[in-house]
Amino acid sequence: MVAHAEDVVPPRPALLAFAARWLLTTNHKEIGTLYLWLSFTLFFIAGAMAMVIRLELFQPGIQFAQPLFYNQMLTMHGLLMVFGVVMPGFVGLANWQIPLMIGAPDMALPRLNNFSFWILPFAFTLLISSLFMEGGAPNFGWTFYAPLSTTYGPPSTDFFILGVHMMGISSVLGAINIIVTIFNLRAPGMTLMQMPLFVWTWLITAFLLIMVMPVLAGVVTMMLTDRHFGTSFFSAAGGGDPVMFQHIFWFFGHPEVYILILPGFGIASQIIPTFARKKLFGYNSMVYATVAIAVLSFVVWGHHMFTTGMPLFGELFFMYATMLIAVPTGVKVFNWVATMWRGSMTFETPMLFAIGFVILFTIGGFSGLMLALVPADFQYHDTFFVVAHFHYVLYPGAIFGTMAAVYYWLPKWTGHMYDERLGKLHFWVAVVAVNLTFFPMHFSGLAGMPRRVVDYSLQFADFNMVSSIGAGLLGLTQVLFLYIVIKTIRGGPKASARVWDGAEGLEWTVPSPAPLHTFETPPQFPPVMDRDVDEGTPIRNE
Amino acid sequence: MSEAPRYHVPHSSPWPIIGSCALFVTAFGAATFIHQSTEKVAAEGSFGEPIFFAGLALIAFMMFGWFGVVIRESVQGMNSGLLDRSYRMGMAWFIISEVMFFGVFFGALFYARILSVPWLAGAGNNLETHVLLWPDFADTWPLFRTPGGTTTEAMQAWGLPFVNTIILVTSSVTVTFAHWALRKNQRVPLLFWLALTVALGATFLTLQVVEYIHAFNELGLSLGAGIYGSTFFMLTGFHGAHVTMGTIMLGVMLMRCFSGHFTSEHHFAFEAVSWYWHFVDVIWLFLFTFVYWF
Repeated sequence: MVAHAEDVVPPRPALLAFAARWLLTTNHKEIGTLYLWLSFTLFFIAGAMAMVIRLELFQPGIQFAQPLFYNQMLTMHGLLMVFGVVMPGFVGLANWQIPLMIGAPDMALPRLNNFSFWILPFAFTLLISSLFMEGGAPNFGWTFYAPLSTTYGPPSTDFFILGVHMMGISSVLGAINIIVTIFNLRAPGMTLMQMPLFVWTWLITAFLLIMVMPVLAGVVTMMLTDRHFGTSFFSAAGGGDPVMFQHIFWFFGHPEVYILILPGFGIASQIIPTFARKKLFGYNSMVYATVAIAVLSFVVWGHHMFTTGMPLFGELFFMYATMLIAVPTGVKVFNWVATMWRGSMTFETPMLFAIGFVILFTIGGFSGLMLALVPADFQYHDTFFVVAHFHYVLYPGAIFGTMAAVYYWLPKWTGHMYDERLGKLHFWVAVVAVNLTFFPMHFSGLAGMPRRVVDYSLQFADFNMVSSIGAGLLGLTQVLFLYIVIKTIRGGPKASARVWDGAEGLEWTVPSPAPLHTFETPPQFPPVMDRDVDEGTPIRNE
Repeated sequence: MSEAPRYHVPHSSPWPIIGSCALFVTAFGAATFIHQSTEKVAAEGSFGEPIFFAGLALIAFMMFGWFGVVIRESVQGMNSGLLDRSYRMGMAWFIISEVMFFGVFFGALFYARILSVPWLAGAGNNLETHVLLWPDFADTWPLFRTPGGTTTEAMQAWGLPFVNTIILVTSSVTVTFAHWALRKNQRVPLLFWLALTVALGATFLTLQVVEYIHAFNELGLSLGAGIYGSTFFMLTGFHGAHVTMGTIMLGVMLMRCFSGHFTSEHHFAFEAVSWYWHFVDVIWLFLFTFVYWF
């Protein structure tokens, strides 16, 4: 039995009703949709900034963007992609899927859920508005190192700081909600070790968010007081240390990069078993590996700072701790491959993206291992090699993961199958474009091209031209993706409840599209899966 | 309502969006105010300030409204055991996030004491740094003289700060007595111990103000007095802000106890506030130990 009162709301004019629905909603599905659209919108904005960057780097010399503007684009691109695209995208998926996957009627604290979302559009308004201010937007890179952001930051840095505070509040409240939902609202009989892996990875992610977002809030607060209230946290003249900024920032920053990837791990662990038609290989080791990665993420921050003149013991410690992370990550990659081994595989779009995720993310993992080596890092630090590394984990990692999830669950959300032909086209163009964009950056980086500089030496020209062409292509694929999503929302072959014939889990027992309220009474667990998936799903792999 | 439904999915609610707007107005006002005050615009006055305070007023309005709804639901008996558990977990994780927030500033304190100040004085392999930058700088903690030459005196631990420690620890005990009284449905002791807790919180804050005035006027200790002053004021300041919030929340609990909102079984709000109060108490013990004492 559920107490909800949508039915008693008196009728209102259409526009007002529309606004009221989305502004006041406490429904996890509607809020999930809001998160996903916010993420998608910012993806286009931050992507446009990437286009400016690649356009400028198409050839050596300064053609389109003056250095100061280039730096602003670079900074905003990074900030928006991290805080505005990947994080809200994953939170949107969490909102839609976690209650469906654990058999809960909604998130545990629905009003707080609305609050967590609606803080974000305001926070990004604050952040993006800095582009139009005197002195321009923040221009110190998304890592906002002191003293670039304190002594030398533009006036708009204060808006950036307050914007980060708002995002932090949103993330912490959202993470609390997710943890409480998972601990408290699981279907009777579902133990922690029976939860779908997407839920597990999000549980760990939410824990990381609660642990490190306050650290980010602390460090921007120190920046604010250093800028305006005379404190000397990051000023040696007062006994502080600019390098302390980097320690605190990366204490936040390294768990943060796992926040950006762990839900992607969860998504791959949902999709690969479905299309390999096998149970996930090594469920328990997947869970333990996720926990191990999260724990280790707190003791490796120093690998971002090998060139700051850290004591030798520190460098050794951070090097070994970092390389240790390769072990649980390797376990995961092994498990995904072992799940596919001798499976009856089909290659629908979500599966393609998931396989692309496993292969390309692993490349990013390997370049991370190279960067973990202290003597090698002295050479690679602040070059395009680093840019190649983290774009390999973020684009084919986080973004491919999100896209795989969208293709996988879109039929459940909309009730329609997406256009499989266009989906496949999207994947193949994207996978070519991603490699064309980011692979040459390895070479230009190894050859010594510094990152975050508007101009470069002639010998890097070829690599950069290839990167820019790839980036343009990659930009176009987003338009295709938008078209596919809208087309699917508007119509398409009807999807059955189970959608995929290998799919397991509670979310596939509710109708497609999922009604506004699901699991109003706790469902049976484990669920009895509908074997007759073909009804209403004519789109099958050939 | 005889029995609460197992799942309570609330109506759509205006309070979150009001809260989001309020946060935005506050943040926009604060940013405008702060960055104008450093610019020439300061001379012409700042429109950021009224916006900031309007935002704060909106936040207060939102809290009244939102908590009002939650209290009404609770009084009408709509809160199931399940929801109660959600609230409990939510509060516990919120306090953990607060612990991390204080952790950052403690981290900065330890970094300065153990690493940056000794390094500036030439420790480790930093002799040349010391000689070339500030050869006269000496490593002391509290940092009486910064490398840049700002001087300050140190805050003593065994005066008011020690009194404050006793006050805060006592208040943690009295709030527990109040909780015991509530669990046994003893109304008069509940009101007595809770009122005493509020009074102790207010006394603590008053003494902190006295101490700040002493620091500013007689010791030359301010935010601008180098890393010692920075960590001292940021840590005690944020702690004071949390005690202020806690005292207000205890005051609200006192009023709710007067109105008879709580029963010996259902009093989550009271427990949440007492958890929060214990949390600020523990933070203070760390503060007293590492900021004042050692």
